[in-house]
Amino acid sequence: MSTANTPSARRDPAWAGRVFWLLAGLVLLWPLLVLTEFKPWTMLDAASLKPTLRFIGDFFPPKVEPDFLLLVARETWRTVAMATAGVALALLLAIPLALLSVRVLSVSALTGRMATGPALLRTALRWLMIVLRSVPELIWALVFVRVVGLGPTAGVIAIALTYAGMLGKVYAEILESGEAHATHSLMRNGSSRSQAFLFGLLPQNAAELTSYTIYRWECAIRSSAVLGFVGAGGLGQMMDASMKMFNGAEVATMLIVFMALVALADRVSAWLRRGLG
Amino acid sequence: MNSKLPPPLWDARCKACWFVVGLIVLTGLSFWTLELKWAQFFSTDAFIKMGKFVGELLLPETTPRFLAKLGWAALETLAMSALGTLIAAVLGLALALPAAKTHADDAARWRGITRLALNALRSIPELVWAALLLISAGLGPFAGTLALALHTAGVLGRLFAETLENAPPGPGFALRTRGVSEAQVFWYATLPSVLPQLLSYTLYRWENNIRAAAVLGVVGAGGLGQMLAFYMGLFQMGETSSILIAMMGLVAVVDAVSYGARRVMAA
Repeated sequence: MSTANTPSARRDPAWAGRVFWLLAGLVLLWPLLVLTEFKPWTMLDAASLKPTLRFIGDFFPPKVEPDFLLLVARETWRTVAMATAGVALALLLAIPLALLSVRVLSVSALTGRMATGPALLRTALRWLMIVLRSVPELIWALVFVRVVGLGPTAGVIAIALTYAGMLGKVYAEILESGEAHATHSLMRNGSSRSQAFLFGLLPQNAAELTSYTIYRWECAIRSSAVLGFVGAGGLGQMMDASMKMFNGAEVATMLIVFMALVALADRVSAWLRRGLG
Repeated sequence: MNSKLPPPLWDARCKACWFVVGLIVLTGLSFWTLELKWAQFFSTDAFIKMGKFVGELLLPETTPRFLAKLGWAALETLAMSALGTLIAAVLGLALALPAAKTHADDAARWRGITRLALNALRSIPELVWAALLLISAGLGPFAGTLALALHTAGVLGRLFAETLENAPPGPGFALRTRGVSEAQVFWYATLPSVLPQLLSYTLYRWENNIRAAAVLGVVGAGGLGQMLAFYMGLFQMGETSSILIAMMGLVAVVDAVSYGARRVMAA
């Protein structure tokens, strides 16, 4: 007890190290602050503070007129519909891509090394999927808005392309991660590859594949709400328009609807995936 | 007798059947109500436009002056993500402390309200935060940094709170029974034991934020995205193409580094 109260024991032994790392961190932080033009005091200027306060003050109460709510409901449905249609189209692309690129279903690989042609095809498809998913959906949307004009079409195509890459890659990984014994036995005993897939590979992995697809659908709802900011329709486009007009009341309503939508999609997806066990 | 027949295709008590029906109805309604302009997408006009677009994208702009500008924007994107994540980690920890019930006697009076705040921060995407912040922070990387910080603070705060609640209670209990103050318990018992976990969450979010920062600029919040929106708006495809390549390169480098780091750490 007596040693605990002497000055030397009460001093923090790690003190010097902590001060050193704090100072080193501050030195490293400096260029970051310069690069990001980090000037919080500009937010307190009268020129930017006034409109901000007016905008935020406008949030309460949120706009709840029936006409407006009807409009918000329509755009919310459009957001969900864009996500659903996008994922449906992505599946049309992702399923063939995954089936063609999965190594378990290779006939030549049953007896040693895969033949050169099929191996090249599989690598090429994998690269295609990498390219599809490495461009963010927002960038795809920006491109397709230029081609097909403003509206949900660009958003649906953007989601379809990015998610085709993601789903295809993960499907192939799921199919390859499981036990390949049943599938290989079927193929060795003369069943076709489609039979081996439908009766061996698919039943084994169906729950995991469905669960991942539902999770991605939930992600698609979140991103389709954002795609509107580049003009691809849905809740985002409406929010963008209201923000440009500094209409705080409308923005507040849409933010609440948006949060509710995300929470609901989260619940539904968790509930469905729990059902899959 | 019946067992020789195949099972009936439809059964009112079969959950999977209802799930499939719901799925088909939802998908059908989605396509039906969206008024998609497929005719326009598959028209020769769109194909010519697309072809021209792709053709021009194949010729990236490579003048040194433009490349220097591009490198600067890439650096700005990295700085935005790093500073945004750092602020988020600090803010997240500050919010995680009242949001976590660390021991049995902890009244955790602020738990409900801080959890609500964290959820609100988290459920609004970075891009929406950026668009909202443009009003007070103006165009440029500052708005983007704050947007990343706010969204990520919500994500990290929740993860941090869970980590704090799951921290081993022994050391904290030992200090607390000797009458050590709550702040000292945090600095000398709780924080050292959860720090590696907090750091790994933060690094993981940083990786995500680099990707997010690259596109965030599309609404005017700085970095590569702002440049992309600018040149694409002017239909200067050579520059657009270089920016797209830079974006994909940045993401690829981040992916490779994080993959390598994970392998080194796992080994």
